Amino acid sequence: MTITVVLPGYLHPYADGRSRIALRAGGATVRDALDALRVSYPGVSHRVLTEQGEVRPHINVFVGDENIRFTDGLATPLRDGSEVVILPAVSGG
Amino acid sequence: MPRSSPQPVLLLVGTTKGAFLVRGNRARTSWSLDGPFFPGHQVYAMAYDGRGGRRRLYAATENPFYGTVLHTSDDLGKSWTDPKEPNVRFDESSGLSLKRIWQICPGPESEPQRLWLGVEPSALFESRDGGATWTANAGLLTHPHRERWTPGNGGMCLHTIVPDASGDSRLLVAMSTGGVYRSDDGGRSWRARNVGVRAEFLPDKHPEFGQCVHKVVSHPSRPGRLFLQNHWGLYRSDDWGDTWQDIANGVPSDFGFAMAMHPHEPDTVYIVPLQSDLFRCVPGAKLRVYRTRNAGASWQPMSRGLPQRDAYESVLRDALATDTLDPAGVYFGTRSGKLFASRDAGASWRQLFGGLPPIVVVKAAVPSPAPARATRKAAARKRRAPARGRRA
Repeated sequence: MTITVVLPGYLHPYADGRSRIALRAGGATVRDALDALRVSYPGVSHRVLTEQGEVRPHINVFVGDENIRFTDGLATPLRDGSEVVILPAVSGG
Repeated sequence: MPRSSPQPVLLLVGTTKGAFLVRGNRARTSWSLDGPFFPGHQVYAMAYDGRGGRRRLYAATENPFYGTVLHTSDDLGKSWTDPKEPNVRFDESSGLSLKRIWQICPGPESEPQRLWLGVEPSALFESRDGGATWTANAGLLTHPHRERWTPGNGGMCLHTIVPDASGDSRLLVAMSTGGVYRSDDGGRSWRARNVGVRAEFLPDKHPEFGQCVHKVVSHPSRPGRLFLQNHWGLYRSDDWGDTWQDIANGVPSDFGFAMAMHPHEPDTVYIVPLQSDLFRCVPGAKLRVYRTRNAGASWQPMSRGLPQRDAYESVLRDALATDTLDPAGVYFGTRSGKLFASRDAGASWRQLFGGLPPIVVVKAAVPSPAPARATRKAAARKRRAPARGRRA
């Protein structure tokens, strides 16, 4: 299954300058996709997930237009061709 | 250090929106501001490590979205590392996630590869390879008191590390809110050391642990003597923290955060008292550093050059520092973004810069001169490059 991860500008330097990463994920959830991302781009993964494997509090992960906080979290299912979008939340200052 | 050295004093200034480097001449009369480095990041911990021939700066950055990373610079801030993978991490089995690095503490001169970090949630990380890798101290991580430590307003953080300058395997740490802990066996085991320190906010005012200690300092020539600024209370210990005595003699308030040791006088300590835990501004809106020269028997206000009206300022726990020159330089930054300096051990002050973001850490360093070849290159670069930054 192929999915695409879309990164915000801050994370491009940790993905060899890329804004979109096509992944072949072995499983079918967001967690599987992020696990696959960790293999190729650990610098991205560590900035999105805590040591405990949770999405950082001020990061939002979308599948299509749906924030996974309002679906099944990291267990949110993916389909072949899904787009996983990572964005900073509206916070900070 | 040669008198011709152009920038003998370096102030490391961390703010809630980035870091600045403030470079002063030998007379400490001319200062320049360089930065911000890491704009948009909170920088709660910085340090200079001049051991083992290094001239290394450390800065711990906290990105509000993407987490905490420890950066280094070996060229006094011209360039910084940017680790792809965060270099300070809890093991997954700990159940903990790093929020903030509060303290960077180079180890003793005799062990130039050893450093410690104090972090939030409360833990001590140690490196024995010059900062390349870090490991959380297991004795504190699994301490039976851990589940009863509770976060203070600043979070559940270990913010103070006091190594034994005599080279023994003793190490003392302090945390908010947990109190003082000491290890006598190189960090394998830890005992609470808070006898005599009050906890105003608990029903039991003298618990074994749970005090909200804000800062502890010690002079390397007097190992075992400690000074402590508490969340209400000023204390001294002469026995490595086994017992503490009240030394709030002549201060307008014994509430405060910041505390710094004179570099050459083991009985001289600086503090900046605040009105109260509710109104965390200097008493009477007069900005005054208090100094004791007799180990806390009495304290005197130092105010010449500091604003004495309408100064609703506060100084946080790591935002007061001294350099190693003689007479000593003393420096502090305020939450309102003003940076002050004294080049006569606190007798008089001037504001170096204002308008900075809220200042949370100030460290002072007197870096060793650069190797001769590098100095010639730097001089050539300086001739070619236009001056940048602000001057004071």
